Amino acid sequence: MNQTPKLLIYAAVLFAQVALAFFTEPGFYERAPLLLFLLLASFFAAAGMMSACTALVDANHPFKKSLKIAVPSVFALVVVVSWQALTQGYDVPQVLLPAPSEIIVAFFSNLPTLWADFRQTFLKAVIAGYLMGCISGFIVAQWAVKSRFLQNGLLPLGNFVSAIPIVGIAPIMVMWFGFDWPSKAAVVVVMTFFPMFINTLAGLQSVDALHKDLMHTYAAKKSQTFTKSQLPQAMPFIFNALKLNSTLALIGAIVAEFFGTPIVGMGFRISTEVGRMNMEMVWATILVAALAGSMSYGALALLERAVLFWHPSVRSGR
Amino acid sequence: MKESIFDKKWFAIVVFIIAITALWYAAALWMNGNQLVKTYERKNQEWTYSTIIAEAYQVKRPMLPPPHQVFAQWYKTVFDTKVTSKRSLVYHTMVTLQSTMLGFVLGTVLGVAIAIGIVHNRTMEMSFMPWVIASQTIPILAIAPIIVVVLGAINLTGVVPKAIISMYLSFFPVTIGMVKGLRSSDRMHLELMQTYNASNSQTFWMLRWYSAQPFLFASLKVAIAAALVGAIVAELPTGAQGGLGSRLLSGSYYGQTVQIWAALFMAALLGLSLVTVVSLFEKILLRRRGVSV
Repeated sequence: MNQTPKLLIYAAVLFAQVALAFFTEPGFYERAPLLLFLLLASFFAAAGMMSACTALVDANHPFKKSLKIAVPSVFALVVVVSWQALTQGYDVPQVLLPAPSEIIVAFFSNLPTLWADFRQTFLKAVIAGYLMGCISGFIVAQWAVKSRFLQNGLLPLGNFVSAIPIVGIAPIMVMWFGFDWPSKAAVVVVMTFFPMFINTLAGLQSVDALHKDLMHTYAAKKSQTFTKSQLPQAMPFIFNALKLNSTLALIGAIVAEFFGTPIVGMGFRISTEVGRMNMEMVWATILVAALAGSMSYGALALLERAVLFWHPSVRSGR
Repeated sequence: MKESIFDKKWFAIVVFIIAITALWYAAALWMNGNQLVKTYERKNQEWTYSTIIAEAYQVKRPMLPPPHQVFAQWYKTVFDTKVTSKRSLVYHTMVTLQSTMLGFVLGTVLGVAIAIGIVHNRTMEMSFMPWVIASQTIPILAIAPIIVVVLGAINLTGVVPKAIISMYLSFFPVTIGMVKGLRSSDRMHLELMQTYNASNSQTFWMLRWYSAQPFLFASLKVAIAAALVGAIVAELPTGAQGGLGSRLLSGSYYGQTVQIWAALFMAALLGLSLVTVVSLFEKILLRRRGVSV
């Protein structure tokens, strides 16, 4: 069955909706409520398009890879376009919810401020805290794997910590380490330490008994067993913790800034611009945070692919 | 080989608790002592080590309050203050607990609904799943103040805005766990259902839902802890309206360290008991199913 005409109609509907949302005088839904049917039609068209693409992917179409990206992209497009259409169409005041186009404008016209905030929060506090937290978690975990005593004492502590809201220590850290970035880094260290510790320990313990015996028959030294057998086996666990921590670190640093900062930083920007009801700027800062969060996650995922090229979970994904 | 006392679990835990307490007292002495010495020197007063040691544990606004001071404050605000009073920690805990629970319930329902959609509809899986994962790489807690302010502008105040943030944080573990769980049914069982000509909903209620339950509870434990974090952070910008988060913020504004620590202690207690309640339900359910835990 040829689906091309159907897909063309879908694309035309989506195109019309985009044109309506982005290039029409605000307030169009109030003037012509019937335009809401176009919004409904665009949902329908997007759903039809996505299921058509999914069917093509499952049928091993030659463009399988790009189609796989197309499906979630269409979904995101519809969400953004509907957001734009509803805020513009009903002329929603900016204080409530700015339209995506306004956020983009605010983003590009405030680049220097946003860059300074990004440098303060991300490049200083998050990276320093993340590195310290992850490295110390790793070091303690490789001690603990050798000592039953440390394991027995630290694992319950780690489980305890995972149940409590750690971000709460932010005001204390601000009091101890001052307003500048070291206090935020300290919060990040505490937040990232235990996930790293628990995951690395689980990874180092996951080593196959056969591998252990094999290393033993090779008369490997302890350090050789560690680097050649234990560490590679633990890598998937370590990367899990690294990815989890990349989000935690950003949250910790931003929340800690609510408790006091010098006059720069993403958390500071959010809390002051909310006070001034300057919502496009707040959303632009969130856009920066979202970009930073997803890009660091993506970078770690790429690194994982490069390091773990031999692992079944990576190989099967190809 | 006989187990020595050093290999016992309780021994390590006891040693760790003692070590942490000792470290805490030492750090409190050092940090508060330094502060005291500075004040004395500024006032040009005489001081001796014995007076410093005696005073370091009774400072009104210490850098680090020793455990007994925190506990005394906690006891005072929990048991010696009327529950209706704004100074009562019980009152603030109830405020936080409300939004945590509402957010947790909403997040669980949403998470399960998305998971059911993803499992049954291939298009939904392909369009939704990447965004579910991406949603967690965005530091969503940063949005907490906006959601509270925006919803406040359309006269939606109180528990709902905070619950929405809790919901956002708690739906993710539930979705991921349930997708895994609903797909974890034995292949043979699924094929058996097909030979019985069972409908999708029959397969769901008689087989998939059943095999997903252990996964659901594992996710619920993560989700409820996340919901508590969401509720506390959401309370930061709402100012003095109440809740453990606002206790943290006002404590930090007025330098009331003991108040911060007492609120933190309460938050830890709350988080721990919430997770314990969920695992209790898990145990009851799994025992009824005949799985020994």
